[in-house]
Amino acid sequence: MNSSGALKVTAQSDREIVMTRVFDAPRNLVFDAYTKPDLLKRWLGVFGGYSMPVCEVDLRVGGTYRFVWRGPDGAEMGVRGVYREVVRPERLMHTEKFDEAWYPGEALITTVLVEQGAKTTLTVTMRYESREARDAVLKSPMESGVAQSYDKLAELLASGALERARR
Amino acid sequence: MQPSGYARSNRDRLDATFAALADPTRRAILARLAAGEASVTELAAPFDISQPAISKHLKVLERAGLISRGRDAQRRPRRLEPRPLAEATGWLETYRRYWEGNFGRLDAVLEELKAQKRHGRSRR
Repeated sequence: MNSSGALKVTAQSDREIVMTRVFDAPRNLVFDAYTKPDLLKRWLGVFGGYSMPVCEVDLRVGGTYRFVWRGPDGAEMGVRGVYREVVRPERLMHTEKFDEAWYPGEALITTVLVEQGAKTTLTVTMRYESREARDAVLKSPMESGVAQSYDKLAELLASGALERARR
Repeated sequence: MQPSGYARSNRDRLDATFAALADPTRRAILARLAAGEASVTELAAPFDISQPAISKHLKVLERAGLISRGRDAQRRPRRLEPRPLAEATGWLETYRRYWEGNFGRLDAVLEELKAQKRHGRSRR
């Protein structure tokens, strides 16, 4: 079952991150999965022992949302924001601010769903207040990922570079 | 407001990392150091080039922050510094992996919603 496309992530302009991904489902379902708490709780950030005990969505312009994740050690991470645009089932714009933000200011997230032949292309544009904020977001998961990517690179380097350089 | 110096120095460092990685001999040296620290003589052994030439490569790697010198004053072993390497390779990749995980779970939720819809329709 691999009818969905690969995820593309790009750093765009000075302060944006753009993601695109194709889903094998009509967009009203993708929109539901993005906006209904009982569905959101099943996919957004819930891995490695993390669950989302708080997931509140007031889906209207000016309405707020509140998500709190809890880790296996009991540590919590929360985020909140305000919906700026709600056009079911094609467009969503909301702000995003983490309780303990590791980047300055708040982000503006625009989610666009385009349906074509029973498939939906999702495009998420995350706009930060500065290049520094954007880069901090990109680098934030690095701390935990350092060892992993390092291993991967070491493997890559060992695979052929040594042989070639010996010649 | 913080000046853009932080981001600039980061970009410069990333440039230095990529420049250092562009050479096959330097990549081979890094691959060797990934297995553990080594002296200059040990690092030069597999190559058909002079020790001064190796030292030159080591200097480039050191300036890029990719390697450092160990404590042993006699051997002066070089060792790998993983952070800049990880930054260069993992910048977008780790972020992408996080979302790939989210969207993989979302795929499963959507499959279930589609099945429910089909089921609901057939019952009507």
